[in-house]
Amino acid sequence: MIGLQHYLVVSAILFVMGVLGIFINRKNIIIILMAIELILLSVNINLVAFSAYLGDLVGQVFAMFVLTVAAGEAAIGLAILVIYFRGRGSIAVDDVNRMKG
Amino acid sequence: MSIVDSLLLTLPELVLTGAALALMLVAAFVGDKATRFVTLAAIGALIGAAVSLGGRGVGFDGLYSADAFSDFTKLLIYLAAGVSLLLSTRFFAAEDRLRAEYPVLVLLATVGMGMMVSATNLLTLYVGLEMQSLAAYVLASFMRKDVRSAEAGLKYFVLGALASGILLYGISLLYGFSGTTDYHAIARSLADGVNMGELFGIVFVLAGLSFKIAAVPFHMWTPDVYEGAPTPVTTYFGTAPKVAAVALLVRVTIEAMGSAVASWQQILIFTSLASIILGAVGAIGQVNIKRLLAYSSINNIGFVLVGLAAGTEAGVSATLTYMVIYVLMTLGSFACVLQMRGANGVHVEDIQSLAGLSRRQPALAAAFAIFMFSLAGIPPLLGFWAKFVVFDAAVAAGLMPLAAIGIAASTIGAFYYLKIVKIMYFDEPTTEFAPVSSYVESSVIALTAVAVSPIGYLAIPMLGAATAVAAKALF
Repeated sequence: MIGLQHYLVVSAILFVMGVLGIFINRKNIIIILMAIELILLSVNINLVAFSAYLGDLVGQVFAMFVLTVAAGEAAIGLAILVIYFRGRGSIAVDDVNRMKG
Repeated sequence: MSIVDSLLLTLPELVLTGAALALMLVAAFVGDKATRFVTLAAIGALIGAAVSLGGRGVGFDGLYSADAFSDFTKLLIYLAAGVSLLLSTRFFAAEDRLRAEYPVLVLLATVGMGMMVSATNLLTLYVGLEMQSLAAYVLASFMRKDVRSAEAGLKYFVLGALASGILLYGISLLYGFSGTTDYHAIARSLADGVNMGELFGIVFVLAGLSFKIAAVPFHMWTPDVYEGAPTPVTTYFGTAPKVAAVALLVRVTIEAMGSAVASWQQILIFTSLASIILGAVGAIGQVNIKRLLAYSSINNIGFVLVGLAAGTEAGVSATLTYMVIYVLMTLGSFACVLQMRGANGVHVEDIQSLAGLSRRQPALAAAFAIFMFSLAGIPPLLGFWAKFVVFDAAVAAGLMPLAAIGIAASTIGAFYYLKIVKIMYFDEPTTEFAPVSSYVESSVIALTAVAVSPIGYLAIPMLGAATAVAAKALF
């Protein structure tokens, strides 16, 4: 029987993978965008699992909002990436260093 | 409460949304010729929203609340947004980037901030925060031909999205283990004892929000974004979103987690001290004035959190007082930074270019010196009063060590503010600045300088009464 804790463990693993994907990845910013999506989806698994467990619809409504916002976020992220690429001609993570920090 | 009553409660947001949509159409049809008109109309919309404040009650079945606290912070947000719009036109005209979309984006971000401070449910909190952030990412990369601006937008986006993810993960845990997303219901659940899941949720939510207010250890984006973003946008970032995020943090900690003070107080004490110390030490080596002001904002957020860490009504009132004075000082200093133009009109950001400013432009140098002394918290300027009230609240709540270390660390901070004053008054002039040409900008500088000067103490009783009423709404 697959219970709540199984879903929570899967979601926690996805969340950690997403965070590590942002910090360890040294190649390319598109991968960072994918890692961000992974984080948001891990949250969705959490919300839907809790919603089913509690018998409360709020979690599923919340998941819909998260999906919508994630779409907007991806669109804006890609737009910023395009103007960055036009200026620098590269989207390698190691090249994002015009300012120190 | 019926749906009509609920909608009337959100009148300020409706005014701003309607204005933003109408102005977007104007921008689309008339094009960039309309920029000045759109900017003025946006300021008009902000004034209209400020006038339509004053509704009282909880709408949409507990999703949205209009009370004295939200009115107070919204007024401050609209003021900051309006002034940073006023400061934007000349800058963008000089950089040949006068675009009619800019005021529209500022309005949309401001709508999001209004939702943030009125949110009484984790769902509204998230939607408001994202609305503000998405517009802010675009604003940071607004000078899209400038590589630094695009890089600032990219960094802000990646780290902001990560912070939203962390916040959201915390929200999902808090929802799952307390069974609700409503602040008051969460508070009731936490009152029966905090279980492990709820504790993790609280920590993740606070981590996500510390990112938005740029508190250590989630401050690393601030210097780069402040430096890379166009100066009017930096002015905006330094004021309105800070107020909104601090107000949001206050409401979440007091209304939703107020029954479990012990579980978040230590976190706030740590971030507060770390921000004060790192903000002060990090600023010392900076040569770019915008980076320096970024570290200064990290430092100031530390003091704001001192008031909040007290967790009392007096602490919240002190936090609001600090935010009002901080916004005035920040608007003034950035208005001064906007005057740093070489003789050919190109904006410079190098601190050394301020050398000998007191001989070439004594009024500007005097105003800049007032803001620096005030940020350092030196009496009799108003910045001293801001620090005094937060430390007073912390001592009253029994947080003596926090207050003592905070006061000691604020003297480190005084060093770099005084360094700027020394460069302006005692160094030999190097670069010649173009004279201050805009009446709007010089009056912004003059008004904020008068407000933070000792004359500002005349407004203290009024400010104290207003913040006390606003803080009372949360308890």
